[in-house]
Amino acid sequence: MPKPKIRKEAVPMPKQPPKERADNFREVAIGYSEEQALAEAERCLQCREAPCVKGCPVEVDIPTFIKLIRERRFGEAAMKIKEKNSLPAVCGRVCPQEEQCQAKCTVGRIGEPTSIGRLERFVADWERQHGCEIPQKCPTTGKKVAIVGAGPAGLTVAADLIKLGHEVTIFEALHKPGGVLTYGIPEFRLPKKIVEAEAEYIEKLGVTLKTNALIGRLYTIAELLRQFDAVFIGSGAGPPTFMGIPGENLCGIYSANEYLIRVNLMRSYDFPKAGTPICGGEEVAVVGGGNVAMDSARCALRLGAKDVKIVYRRSREEMPARIEEIENAEEEGIRFEFLTSPKRFIGNERRRVKAMECVRMRLGEPDDSGRRRPVPIEGSNFMVDVDIVIMAVGRTPNPIIKQTTEGLETTKWGGIVTDEDGKTSIEGVYAGGDIVTGESTVISAMGAGRRAARAIHEFLMKKETCARKKRNV
Amino acid sequence: MYKILAKRELAPHINLFEFSAGEVSAKTKPGQFVILRIDEDGERIPLTIADADPGKGTIAVACHGVGKTTTQLGRLKEGDFVLDLLGPLGKPARIEKFGTVLCVGGGVMVAPLHFQAKAFREAGNNVIGIVGATTRDHLIFLEEMENTCNHLLVATDDGTKGHKGMDFLKDLIKETKIDRVVAEGPVVMMKAVSDLTRQHGIPTMVNLIPIMVDGMGMCGACRVTVDGKTLFACVDGLEFDGHQVDFDELLARLKVYTPQEKLAYVFSEQGERN
Ligand SMILES: Cc1cc2nc3c(=O)[nH]c(=O)nc-3n(C[C@H](O)[C@H](O)[C@H](O)COP(=O)(O)OP(=O)(O)OC[C@H]3O[C@@H](n4cnc5c(N)ncnc54)[C@H](O)[C@@H]3O)c2cc1C
Ligand SMILES: Cc1cc2nc3c(=O)[nH]c(=O)nc-3n(C[C@H](O)[C@H](O)[C@H](O)COP(=O)(O)OP(=O)(O)OC[C@H]3O[C@@H](n4cnc5c(N)ncnc54)[C@H](O)[C@@H]3O)c2cc1C
Ligand code: SF4
Ligand code: FES
Repeated sequence: MPKPKIRKEAVPMPKQPPKERADNFREVAIGYSEEQALAEAERCLQCREAPCVKGCPVEVDIPTFIKLIRERRFGEAAMKIKEKNSLPAVCGRVCPQEEQCQAKCTVGRIGEPTSIGRLERFVADWERQHGCEIPQKCPTTGKKVAIVGAGPAGLTVAADLIKLGHEVTIFEALHKPGGVLTYGIPEFRLPKKIVEAEAEYIEKLGVTLKTNALIGRLYTIAELLRQFDAVFIGSGAGPPTFMGIPGENLCGIYSANEYLIRVNLMRSYDFPKAGTPICGGEEVAVVGGGNVAMDSARCALRLGAKDVKIVYRRSREEMPARIEEIENAEEEGIRFEFLTSPKRFIGNERRRVKAMECVRMRLGEPDDSGRRRPVPIEGSNFMVDVDIVIMAVGRTPNPIIKQTTEGLETTKWGGIVTDEDGKTSIEGVYAGGDIVTGESTVISAMGAGRRAARAIHEFLMKKETCARKKRNV
Repeated sequence: MYKILAKRELAPHINLFEFSAGEVSAKTKPGQFVILRIDEDGERIPLTIADADPGKGTIAVACHGVGKTTTQLGRLKEGDFVLDLLGPLGKPARIEKFGTVLCVGGGVMVAPLHFQAKAFREAGNNVIGIVGATTRDHLIFLEEMENTCNHLLVATDDGTKGHKGMDFLKDLIKETKIDRVVAEGPVVMMKAVSDLTRQHGIPTMVNLIPIMVDGMGMCGACRVTVDGKTLFACVDGLEFDGHQVDFDELLARLKVYTPQEKLAYVFSEQGERN
């Protein structure tokens, strides 16, 4: 192989400077210019066996779309990605590429891997600004599909099935579509206008979107099955977990879900123009170590907190959050208390939290997840002053559908049981995304949606053939 | 968009709205609530359903203008729309034949309590109703409650109509065999009623309305402590065993946003004037 003459360093992502961005909710990463995108695209080796593609959960044809960028055919590059991934502007921003495609990239052996995510974002943004084509649809089949939840899983199933000619209706409980993309991931990481554009695109394809429709209460799954030929459940992760330690219901202690819903879905940062208030706090502690914890901490900082710390019971290496987001948080001035866990919360006379008792931890034997189990160090307790605490220690599946759907098999923790194609224990009912896997990623929810859409299509077409046969007899 | 088909003033700042919400009305049971949002900048506010008519495709809610959003809603007229309306939320109240059921309602919440009282009566109970308010002018749904209950009592905090305060309840409970009490209204009232009935061992259900955001179990804003356990009022309630509820925690949690609420109210009233 000839020695590649490529730069070892990736073209850096232009960002708002940390000092400046810590005060606003505008997007942190500004995005590549055309020149920067072209320069970065040049770093790709166009490997024949394309290891990056194997690292991508939905197998986007990465070398081909990068080649199209080099040829300045940006619109076609976007179409190429969309063959496999219907939400590239979202995925380019929030996928953990460093663990997926970029982890496998050949260039990564000699320097920084090709910045596949940044290039994906570039072409998706280019396409949004220049207008995109509505793809051709298959002839209508007359089959009707109901989708529960307008998160990445539900939106993917909707897009795939409408293109195949089925009639699709999405039922979303909240007043806006997008799922976590709308209510969870903050504006500065994923601008809401992008999510809105993606949802509009899906409506343009012909999908009917019904918001304010909580399935289980407004209609049960059984009722949907009477009106629709198949149902897909993509209801995601729901209720927040608390630790069950004393003082957790004091005023000023939020679940990350509540905090993020107030900030993102209800735009509390724009209070009082936007009607929903939030307590910003001066000394904020966020408990947890995932993306949810990072997002909460960075929101608190932007709402004006003086001191924000992340309290995590393991060490930095075990943190499940994306490295990029940990670095961003650090740059912005968020402090980390590793190997630390809260024991109880102490309130003032008005029942507002004022302090948190913590204990130091050490890492013991590995647990089921393969990570070393944190063990409290006896006698290491200490107090921390806080006026706001955000608990980001996990979420459980929303129980409303489980409680109202007879015969739907669920796991011990309340997730829906499916086969690889998303088929549940009820004929004609499919499920995918966080409601099946537990908290995962946007792209894995989309991957599950794609597989389920294929299975639903086969199911509907088989039903059709059977019906025809019956009619002929 | 959900249309206001009818509006009726029940008392100063208290209005009864009838919304066109066909699908919701078909599913509504007494004890459930809706969350509505007036416009794009609006807060999501919960309101308990006071009636549902699946035939007409309507639901009714009574709303007391106490802050920014409820005052804004009070200004809307017949023919106006609200942007979002989600429901029915929460578990239906337990309606069965218990025997004699005492329904204690305070303030605006008498309207949704009437919805429950009606169902108790239909289920064959002897229903005693109590309608309470701070003062005479704020008493609502007297006629409706009169028609629904086998027996109706009235009380005001200042004694301008009916009994003064709730002391008469003590005697009522001693003199009458009551099988179940259902209370809906201000937290302090529900707490006082629960404290009283606890001594007599009368099962007492209270309808808790902590601050909520999504109303579908996703955020935990509405968490309440019942029998030492943390529950989410929007999915586990609204109805809880009054003898097990930590009312003091609930009262404190309702005050979390007091400074912000004042700010929002002033800000929005200024906007209204300009
Ligand atoms: C704060 C935060 C940050 C994250 N950051 C990242 C990241 O950087 N990268 C990444 O890859 N992943 C990230 N994730 C994870 C990722 O967002 C999720 O894995 C993904 O959104 C799951 O998609 P889903 O479609 O299964 O569910 P969701 O996105 O949760 O959508 C489910 C939808 O269903 C609706 N719903 C629920 N119940 C009902 C019902 N009964 N009837 C009607 N509608 C209902 C909900 O309102 C919601 O809109 C993050 C998650 C959070 C919370
Ligand atoms: C499940 C549920 C059902 C409800 N049903 C009704 C109803 O049928 N009719 C009705 O008039 N009101 C009802 N409420 C209360 C109503 O939702 C609040 O009054 C409203 O949210 C206040 O909004 P605001 O912007 O007008 O006032 P804000 O300025 O937000 O608050 C003004 C005052 O109202 C109190 N308040 C705020 N939120 C709540 C709340 N969630 N519950 C009780 N008090 C609150 C505050 O402590 C403050 O004193 C219900 C609340 C819940 C949670
Ligand atoms: S592995 Fe890296 S260099 Fe090779 S084709 Fe994929 S992106 Fe290009
Ligand atoms: S209001 Fe959010 S969980 Fe109840």
